[in-house]
Amino acid sequence: MEGLLAIVIGVLYASGVYMLMRRSIVKLIIGLALLAHGASLLVFTAAGLTRAVPPVIPEGAKAITGTVADPLPQALILTAIVISFGVQAFAMVLAYRAYQTVGTDDLDGMKATDT
Amino acid sequence: MIVVVLSGFALALLAPSLYRLSARWAGCVFSIFPAVLALWFLSHMGEVVGGHGLRFTYPWIPAMGLELSFNLDGLGLLFALAITVVGTLIITYAGSYLHGHPSLPRFYLFILMFMASMLGVVLSDNLIALFVFWELTSVTSYFLIGYDHDKDTARAAALQALIVTGTGGLALMAGVLLMGQIGGSFEISALAADNAAVQGHRLYPLVLALVFAGAFTKSAQVPFHFWLPSAMEAPTPVSAYLHSATMVKAGVYLLARLSPVLGGSDIWLYVVTGFGAATMLVSAYQALYQTDLKKILAYSTVSVLGTLTMLIGLGGKYAIQAAMVFLMAHVLYKAALFLVAGSIDHETGTRDVRQLGGLRKTMPIICAGAAVGALSMAGLPPFFGFVGKEALYEALTHDNVLVTVVGVLTSMLLFAVAWLAGIRPFSGEETHTPKHPHDPPWTMWLGPVFLGCLSVLFGLMPALPEKLLSAAAGSVLGKEVHMHLALWHGFNALLVLSLVTFALGVLVYLNLARLQRVTEFALPVVRRGPSQWYALWLRFLNWSAVGQTRVLQNGYLRLYLATIMTVTAVLAWYTFLAHADAGVIEFNWGDIGVHEWVLGIVALVASIATVRAKTFLRAVVALGVVGYSVALFFVLYGAPDLAMTQFLIETLSLILFVFVFYYMPPFKRFSTRPVIMRHAAIGTAVGALFTLLVLVATSVQWHPTISTYFSANSYLMGQGRNIVNVILVDFRGFDTLGEITVLAVAGIGVYSLIRLRLGKGGDS
Repeated sequence: MEGLLAIVIGVLYASGVYMLMRRSIVKLIIGLALLAHGASLLVFTAAGLTRAVPPVIPEGAKAITGTVADPLPQALILTAIVISFGVQAFAMVLAYRAYQTVGTDDLDGMKATDT
Repeated sequence: MIVVVLSGFALALLAPSLYRLSARWAGCVFSIFPAVLALWFLSHMGEVVGGHGLRFTYPWIPAMGLELSFNLDGLGLLFALAITVVGTLIITYAGSYLHGHPSLPRFYLFILMFMASMLGVVLSDNLIALFVFWELTSVTSYFLIGYDHDKDTARAAALQALIVTGTGGLALMAGVLLMGQIGGSFEISALAADNAAVQGHRLYPLVLALVFAGAFTKSAQVPFHFWLPSAMEAPTPVSAYLHSATMVKAGVYLLARLSPVLGGSDIWLYVVTGFGAATMLVSAYQALYQTDLKKILAYSTVSVLGTLTMLIGLGGKYAIQAAMVFLMAHVLYKAALFLVAGSIDHETGTRDVRQLGGLRKTMPIICAGAAVGALSMAGLPPFFGFVGKEALYEALTHDNVLVTVVGVLTSMLLFAVAWLAGIRPFSGEETHTPKHPHDPPWTMWLGPVFLGCLSVLFGLMPALPEKLLSAAAGSVLGKEVHMHLALWHGFNALLVLSLVTFALGVLVYLNLARLQRVTEFALPVVRRGPSQWYALWLRFLNWSAVGQTRVLQNGYLRLYLATIMTVTAVLAWYTFLAHADAGVIEFNWGDIGVHEWVLGIVALVASIATVRAKTFLRAVVALGVVGYSVALFFVLYGAPDLAMTQFLIETLSLILFVFVFYYMPPFKRFSTRPVIMRHAAIGTAVGALFTLLVLVATSVQWHPTISTYFSANSYLMGQGRNIVNVILVDFRGFDTLGEITVLAVAGIGVYSLIRLRLGKGGDS
């Protein structure tokens, strides 16, 4: 099953990188979002996949018994999701204000310091 | 001794404030300091010439085996006396010469700092310490040459000197480190005691080349000599001090100091002697057709530095003895002549020898000092310069005919140069000069007169400095030396050579005009060679810097990204294909359920649809599908917390996207087809790289996972059953704090951007 996810991750990265290189600033932000998804899945898959058993200690037990999903990458990804949301939100508002001021979403049109 | 070396730095830092207390007498007051140091060195003369050098060691960085060790032997003492005695005279002189100059406090700061650094160079036994002081002399020299910083020629000259000597300094640093590595010690005395370790090593030629690069640039050997005449932009006291008596001799000092370690081999002999001989002849010749008094002196200084280098290259008893005598003679007459040149400039307003004449009537005291200096430089008896020249000839005739011829030719040229610089401005008819000249105050004639007296005294009684010079030669040769100096050796071959030199010198001087015409016509290469190479090199550097900045820092985000991504992909792919074992990769297709296939294909299609979307809304919808698929993957593989967060955040950011960009027009097509293809190729390469990365990562487990610790302790230590949550709020609590901070900052940013009202066209 890692094979399937590896391909999904590859395509997410490919489209993310491609979008980052567009001239439209909106597409650039979409590229950021795609990359964030790719990165989450990358960390998730690379740590090894376990089906269906969340890392929760059952009632009454003191520690995990049996095989569960790895909790550490999940904690990392949780942080990553939230932070990438913060970045995207800021980038969106920044791009919007820039668009309002400059009148274009073309990055090449934003090279001058005067508006 | 550490006090002796370092107190100069302390005084230098205080100098600007002390100057404010008494601007008028600051020069005289500051000159007391080097005078005291000179007396201190003189008081140790007995021990040093007796063969008991002083040695002081302070632990500097004991962990690295580095010590701040100072060693006062004959060679060090000779240089230290030159530095402090000339320093005393220079600082006295400068007080009057630069009187009223607005940045005079800064001058004292740098000149005192320079003096302390120079003492550090000649007294350090540790190579690293020596290098540090060496670089300090370069830096202070930069500030002193550029003292008149509102003149762009001064700034250019300062920069030139810094670049040339600084480049040499870098080479020297490499040489020093290498020498210490292969020799097993950074102490020069230890290296000298066992020089076979360095000389027998296969890197010995490299060490030599690096040390030579440092010494030759500092001591202005051809072809690096051009910076020294340019440095005449400095105020005259600086030229007299740094560029004749002390700093430019640091290279010679280094060669002499290291000759017990590195010298004696054939490479040493031919390279050092060759550079020295070329320098002495070429620059003596160049001195002849200068018109600026200071440049004449500068080129003749370069010539003397060449002579000293050659003598050290030749090695052996006679050559080293001659080097020490010649060096002392040069310090005495050249510093005096520079100070004379400064006084002439100060009093008449010009340094052009064609405009000067008849000054003997108006400046009698300076004239006397100049005459003694010039006659000593010309090598006439009974001055010390004569003794120096005799010693030189003795050494050269002991060697071979070729160096003797070079030596005689150089002395002949310098004879004419001495006349040109020291006698001609005072003889003949009085000329009209910008200012009406008269003798300067005592502070400005003290230097030339004092040094002139020493030239006469040592010339008449050469036994006086004999012991010091013997000790200096002894510390270079590594054995006891008993020199015998005398003014009159009887009528022998040396005297004949001297007489021939004088005759030829007179001939050259009388035919000066004719010689200059020939030179202008015939030798433009020699005239401007290396300094033009330097200019070309600088232009090339600037040009390539501008060019590469234009290419690399072009201001287009996509080009930066394309460069970074391409380089990353190429390097990683290359490493993988060249080195990795492709067998470690398992393409694990087994046990994929139907629902997983469906989900995977949906994610693929959605992400391609995001890229290909024509309008903003379609792109956002497709992006949403990607996000929800990712969340479903989390559900499938045991991560309900992630799935919940992902659903929430994805929804939130979709709403935000739509809110912010709802009114955006459809996407325009900015890029041409080739650009799109290129970017697609880069994207594909990066994407494939990550696919590969995942496959490698899942096939290989290098270390046991640390999650076992969290799993085992989550309930016991963190009192929580949901391990992911315990990690976030407990084990890695500070990470989460950082995350919240990032979110808060982003929130503040968003808020202030929305509230921001721009002066023009801003409405929100």
